[in-house]
Amino acid sequence: MKEPSAALSVDSVTGIDVSLAVAGPGARSFAFIIDWHIRLILALAWYVVAGVVSNAAFSLAPSPGHSQRWFTVVVIPALALYFLYHPAVELAMRGRTPGKRRVGIRVVTRTGEPPGAGALLVRNIFRLIDSLPVFYGVGLTLMVLTRDSLRCGDMAAGTLLVYEGGAADTELLHDAAQRIGRLDTAGAEIAADLLKRWSSLVPEARIRLARQLLQRYLGAEADLSEGDELQWRSRLERLARP
Amino acid sequence: MALASRATGPTVRRGADPAARQQALAAALLRRARTWQEADARAKRFARGRTGDAADAVQLVEDYRLLAHDVARARTLMPATRTREYLENAYARAHATLHHGAWRAGATLRALLVQEVPAAMRWLAPYLAWTALIFTLAGCAGYALVHRYPELIALFASPQMIASVEGGKLWTEGLLNVVPSSILSVEILTNNIVVSLFAYCLGFLFGLGTLYILGLNGMMLGAVFAFVGEHGLARELLGFIVPHGCVELSVMCLSGAAGAAIGEALIRPGPGGRLESFRAASLRSGVILLACALLLVGAGLIEGFVSPDPRISFTARIAIGVGYFALMVAFLTGRLWGRGAPPARNPPAASSS
Repeated sequence: MKEPSAALSVDSVTGIDVSLAVAGPGARSFAFIIDWHIRLILALAWYVVAGVVSNAAFSLAPSPGHSQRWFTVVVIPALALYFLYHPAVELAMRGRTPGKRRVGIRVVTRTGEPPGAGALLVRNIFRLIDSLPVFYGVGLTLMVLTRDSLRCGDMAAGTLLVYEGGAADTELLHDAAQRIGRLDTAGAEIAADLLKRWSSLVPEARIRLARQLLQRYLGAEADLSEGDELQWRSRLERLARP
Repeated sequence: MALASRATGPTVRRGADPAARQQALAAALLRRARTWQEADARAKRFARGRTGDAADAVQLVEDYRLLAHDVARARTLMPATRTREYLENAYARAHATLHHGAWRAGATLRALLVQEVPAAMRWLAPYLAWTALIFTLAGCAGYALVHRYPELIALFASPQMIASVEGGKLWTEGLLNVVPSSILSVEILTNNIVVSLFAYCLGFLFGLGTLYILGLNGMMLGAVFAFVGEHGLARELLGFIVPHGCVELSVMCLSGAAGAAIGEALIRPGPGGRLESFRAASLRSGVILLACALLLVGAGLIEGFVSPDPRISFTARIAIGVGYFALMVAFLTGRLWGRGAPPARNPPAASSS
């Protein structure tokens, strides 16, 4: 049975290993669903636009006597967009797709490297097996049962999916750096984030989060008496002041 | 030193309160966020091939060291924070960029076709010999079976095909009057590509799936030849099959060979274990499938436009079939690109995770 979700650890010449969090079935499925919608929309868009242009009228019925042209110009490209989306996009984007990018995951090899064209090709060929019998039954079952959430294509190509962190909010990190005093780094990060988002949160959430933070870091010393939002904000700012 | 010059923040006395010291160190680390962001942006620029500046490249090496240093610090000082998470990712990106460079899809695909396909072909040669033998034996078995028991053709051919042959003509005659060439080509090449991919993928059933597909297709071919031969139409069928069949059947054997390699890796795994052998064999043989798909596109076009066309003579059909076969051999061995097959390379080594 599957062990707890793992991280891929890669040796580095610096002596500090590179650690990559492995993406589980949830993140992978979410990315796949986004990609499925994209390729479906692309294929349908092509079908509609090429169909209308080919017929020179707002009709999507194959024009009589032009079935060959209809097939070549309308049907084949739409099918190609739908079926070749994954291999073509992964090859062009080195193991990423718009769906994976949205979820923040990417394909890497077992050594943490970006995969080569051969590996990307093989993992996509094995979709034939993973998609059996319906709705990626084999692939999903394997993902649930394997430690690194691998489908058959990943096993064959020696790949796995890892999380890819987004850009850091450097202002927030700077702000957090200023606030380390009574707070530790995690607390300073949360306080800086909460103060930054203060105006965008609903009033109950502002007070609830401020109360939790004060309770956590001040314990019995915390002033948790009722007050308005401004009072809670000023208590939070006092806590987060170095 | 670049690292020392970038490390800003308060001076921390060794004798200070450990908690205060740790917080001061964390604050000093967090103040380098802008430097991390610059390093990460530089790594991304290089990964996308958007810069080739030598000074920038040297700076990337410095960035890598800086990030390694800071990751190590962050793991100790602030293990469960977003800062550590961000640093880990920036470090991983710098590592990947520094060790693997920019990605150029066109050049990679070209290398795959020019170098990796001939190498895979060379490695698969013994498997290809075996699968070709199995296919031939299955064909002979199908031929012998239907020759001896003609009624068994019903197992291999549709009632329409049987009726057509019994009426004295091939089912392929007049095919272009029913289906346009382009539609016929796409239907055929799609079907052939799917069969080839399955012949490869089903190798993971310890080679049995591959054996089944090869055996079934071989028997069908032999049986149909025996049946049409009984009705004096063997030459017509040969004329129909030759233009596209030389390559189509070879590709089937080739994808079967790739599937057989996977099957063997599972039946007789190497010292790395079954999964590792499966991975190595799939990776090594899988690239051949790209070549197979491309060749099947050509075969499908020939089958749609040339094979059913009664205006093309038997000699021309033979010439097309042999010519396309020669092109396939040149493509698979790398001679098409002006080089012979390079020595087969070892697959990438396994690593721990």
